[in-house]
Amino acid sequence: MSNTARANILARLREPQRPECGFSERDYLSRYDWDTAERVRRFTERMVAVRAEVHHTTPETWLDVVSQVCAAKGLNNLLVSPETVLGKQLHAQAERFPTLKTYDHPIESWKQELFYGIDAAFTGTYGGIAETGTLIVMPSADEPRLMSLVPPVHIAVLEVAKLYTTFAEAVQAQGWVQAGMPTNALLISGPSKSADIEQTLAYGVHGPKELVVILV
Amino acid sequence: MSSEFRNTVRANLAKPEVRANFYRAMDGLMTRRLDQFPDKAELERLRTQSMAIRANALSKLPELLETLEANLTRNGIQVHWAETTDQANQIVLSILQKHNAKSIIKGKSMVSEEMGLNHFLEALGIEALESDLGEFIIQLDHEAPSHIIMPAIHKNRIQIAKLFHEKFPDIPYTEDVDELTQTARRILRDKFYAAPVGLSGVNFMVAETGTLCLVENEGNGRMSTTAPSVHIAVTGIEKVVESLSDVPPLLSILTRSATGQPITTYFNMISGPRKPGEKDGPEEVHLVLLDNGRSNIYSDPELLATLRCIRCGACINHCPVYVRIGGHSYGTVYPGPIGSILEPQKAGLDVHGELAQASTLCGACSEVCPVRIPIPSILNRLRYDGVRRDTANTNTVGSGKRRTLSEAATWKTWAWAATHPTIYHAGSTLATRFKGMLPTNLGAWTTVRSAPKLAESTLHQQAKNLGVDHE
Ligand code: SF4
Repeated sequence: MSNTARANILARLREPQRPECGFSERDYLSRYDWDTAERVRRFTERMVAVRAEVHHTTPETWLDVVSQVCAAKGLNNLLVSPETVLGKQLHAQAERFPTLKTYDHPIESWKQELFYGIDAAFTGTYGGIAETGTLIVMPSADEPRLMSLVPPVHIAVLEVAKLYTTFAEAVQAQGWVQAGMPTNALLISGPSKSADIEQTLAYGVHGPKELVVILV
Repeated sequence: MSSEFRNTVRANLAKPEVRANFYRAMDGLMTRRLDQFPDKAELERLRTQSMAIRANALSKLPELLETLEANLTRNGIQVHWAETTDQANQIVLSILQKHNAKSIIKGKSMVSEEMGLNHFLEALGIEALESDLGEFIIQLDHEAPSHIIMPAIHKNRIQIAKLFHEKFPDIPYTEDVDELTQTARRILRDKFYAAPVGLSGVNFMVAETGTLCLVENEGNGRMSTTAPSVHIAVTGIEKVVESLSDVPPLLSILTRSATGQPITTYFNMISGPRKPGEKDGPEEVHLVLLDNGRSNIYSDPELLATLRCIRCGACINHCPVYVRIGGHSYGTVYPGPIGSILEPQKAGLDVHGELAQASTLCGACSEVCPVRIPIPSILNRLRYDGVRRDTANTNTVGSGKRRTLSEAATWKTWAWAATHPTIYHAGSTLATRFKGMLPTNLGAWTTVRSAPKLAESTLHQQAKNLGVDHE
């Protein structure tokens, strides 16, 4: 069925005269000229506007801040990869954090615990976007897709050096097309929310209720 | 004149609560959109750019679909083609049967509404559960969406509170939006946990990389496409764009036009199922590409613009007709201006042609449309197609089916008179002379307005008296 359908649809699309396109050059790159400080300022402003927490830290202080955030939120446990550069640092000082959990089996073997027993997840990011206050997250075997989705709190580290002005710029500068797209790539701009009831914002519909960004 | 459409409109106009709900929501949406585009010149530049991106994609549509299919297949996503909604439903069903699935969880998808998928599956004993908060609410009340972006916009908080209380009597009654949302979260989380198959729509498909993009705020789209072991995406063939670099500008204008957000919480780009070594994500990803009349729209150089639509809903939010009659009056999947041009073309002018009449042609829709679809011109064209006699010259389904003998005869007489000056002048002079005898009761028109009065003398006579040469 599908093959005949395919042939029929494509044949119908090829029949009429070619529609005009009116497209010359792609000119999508930003007209903004923001330096690092301005990018950080814009990013923070946008994130805070959608109720995310943003902490400005340094390579010396970021671990302390993560530990303080965990304490302030009273987290019982934290899901952290033992394989990533950042994750290793948390695991090395495990005593400063809530019980560290690892995502080392396929989801099927521990879905119950992930869905109902994990308080928060810690991940790195692939970059950020200043214009919209956005984290670029590319899940991997070490930091699987559901980490940034299922636990009620998501703590993410963003290196200021990877903060781009716009989405278009990030795609180009990071060479997304050349590198090949991962199975899943995400832009995350705040905690999960909905305005489906009377246009009133409510947070934590299906994804995390809280998003904490650690800018390093 | 009476029709199902008119009757529903009448019924809905008589519901002050529903009208108030629409007014409040549309007002807010219009203001928020405006706040996102402080620079008018920049907005116009972006609209031209977005129109060009979509027009470029449509100009290469068959090739881009082939490239898309090749790249998706290479990435491990299985592509299916459906000419009709029946075929699309059958494809979904066969995937479910292969996995012995008795239920699916759904992220928001207007194309699945177009397919009538929920009813189709439920008739076969398969549960199809909506997980978008708005869709979840209206599914509880067995209703259809009244807006393409905010499906439950016609309901207010109190109505939703009562509905939740009726359906979940164990949970204490609350009118608090946060608590209502948390109730939905808990119920749906269990469903996500257990669902064997997730279904979603698609906002953009990228031919260059073989990527499916989903735009959302809640995470229902991410959940439906990540937690179950099978993900089925359904979408229309027109949703493809050529390159990944086309996506950022479209995404930006989509979210700003739709809800006045600079970006949504999640932008989810899916380019494949779980790879060996990865620990989550679906084992299988399927894409169902639906035609359902789109290729026919594509065959007309003027109507083709309909397919540029990125489903932002801005035309709906700004429509003075929609805000009064509400989304359910249209009786179609897509309401508002976009619905009034799309639905008559899909179902045929004999079925939904009346929708093309239900417009004042004020142009608010085309003024805000991010891809510059000339909606009023298309409405006019559909009105013409509905009554034209040379139906061989158009591919629009149901052309000529709205032609009535009396209307045709009236216009024919008028045209004859208007092209014969002596007759026309005699007629208009007679009309002014006996204007006192013209009826003052003109049916529905005069229930809220006074009947038009003819002037003392015709414009032609007045001009002549002033010495204006009528040539
Ligand atoms: S027709 Fe234009 S304004 Fe209306 S939904 Fe489509 S893209 Fe948006």
